[in-house]
Amino acid sequence: MTDVAVPVAHGDHALITNTGVSNEKLAMWCFLGSECLLFGALISTYILYRGRSVTGPNPKQIYDIPYTSISSFVLLMSSLTMVLALASIQRGDYRRLRLWLLATALLGSSFIAGQVYEFTSFIRKGLTIKTNLFGSSFFVLTGFHGVHVTLGIVMLLSLWNLSMRGRLTQDRSEVVEIAGLYWHFVDLVWIVIFTVIYLIPSPTHPGVLHTLPG
Amino acid sequence: MSEAEPGTTSEQQAGTTTATDPRGPSHAEADPSPALHQVHAAPHLASGEHAHPSEAQYIRIAIILAAVTAAEVTLYYLKLQRTASNSLLLVFAAVKGAMVALYFMHLKFDNRILRRLFLSGFILAVFVYLAYLTTLGVFLK
Repeated sequence: MTDVAVPVAHGDHALITNTGVSNEKLAMWCFLGSECLLFGALISTYILYRGRSVTGPNPKQIYDIPYTSISSFVLLMSSLTMVLALASIQRGDYRRLRLWLLATALLGSSFIAGQVYEFTSFIRKGLTIKTNLFGSSFFVLTGFHGVHVTLGIVMLLSLWNLSMRGRLTQDRSEVVEIAGLYWHFVDLVWIVIFTVIYLIPSPTHPGVLHTLPG
Repeated sequence: MSEAEPGTTSEQQAGTTTATDPRGPSHAEADPSPALHQVHAAPHLASGEHAHPSEAQYIRIAIILAAVTAAEVTLYYLKLQRTASNSLLLVFAAVKGAMVALYFMHLKFDNRILRRLFLSGFILAVFVYLAYLTTLGVFLK
């Protein structure tokens, strides 16, 4: 482990655009900007429906905060292993690149396994996507996030496979950086979900119906 | 399968020169976490970009993120006054989100156009959905 800053290796293609940024990286940031609107819609819908369910179960009855906190910590640490993978390829250390890519995929898989367990446990407690407004908005929001994490794991394993075949070299480090951007964004979304959905309590008592204005 | 060049240290590969803040002293003073800001100037960077943090700096950032998460969960169990607790939780989430975006996603170091691109989407989403929730009376008591 070194305390030396890593220079940014972009390859020649990054320098031929008039923005000085490669088109691939620019496209990923455009995509992530649009994803803010997608997840914003899902989170807003959850907030709108919160406390408006006529029947239970409600969040307080089924959330397991210690368990979700550990899941959140796992996903947060996967962001660290992702940047370590990027730093490794930028200095040409392919063995560590593969190690950190696998570690990130493993942490992501643990998060998904935890989410599957959580969903199963909620269903056993009587909350499905059709039970009430809370169930619908919760499963759609966290389900969409889970799909994003799963796609990220597929990306990471593809990168690992490319590296194993010797097709992911230092001059192509931007490929890892772009996959990393997607991975960190998914982590960033979970930071918001964990706070807004799990930690901030519902504004009304369970079972109380609040009608929408108008 | 190729491995790292033998005999080449990370210091040599990094090609670092000085440890000064490329944005000037005013930015260095404004930074609340100077330990995270020891970024070295590096050659061959695209326009408007600075060198990324080192591995040790990434680890320090991850430790801060873990500590803030622990503080969030502690706050949840403290059962403080609701408005204060919720506000603090939102501040903690904002700090964590900003650290991930600025340091792990390199928004602080990369070309300014990327920051503007992402912030356009993010700010648009915040305003659109705040307006949407306000219109539907979510913030009314």
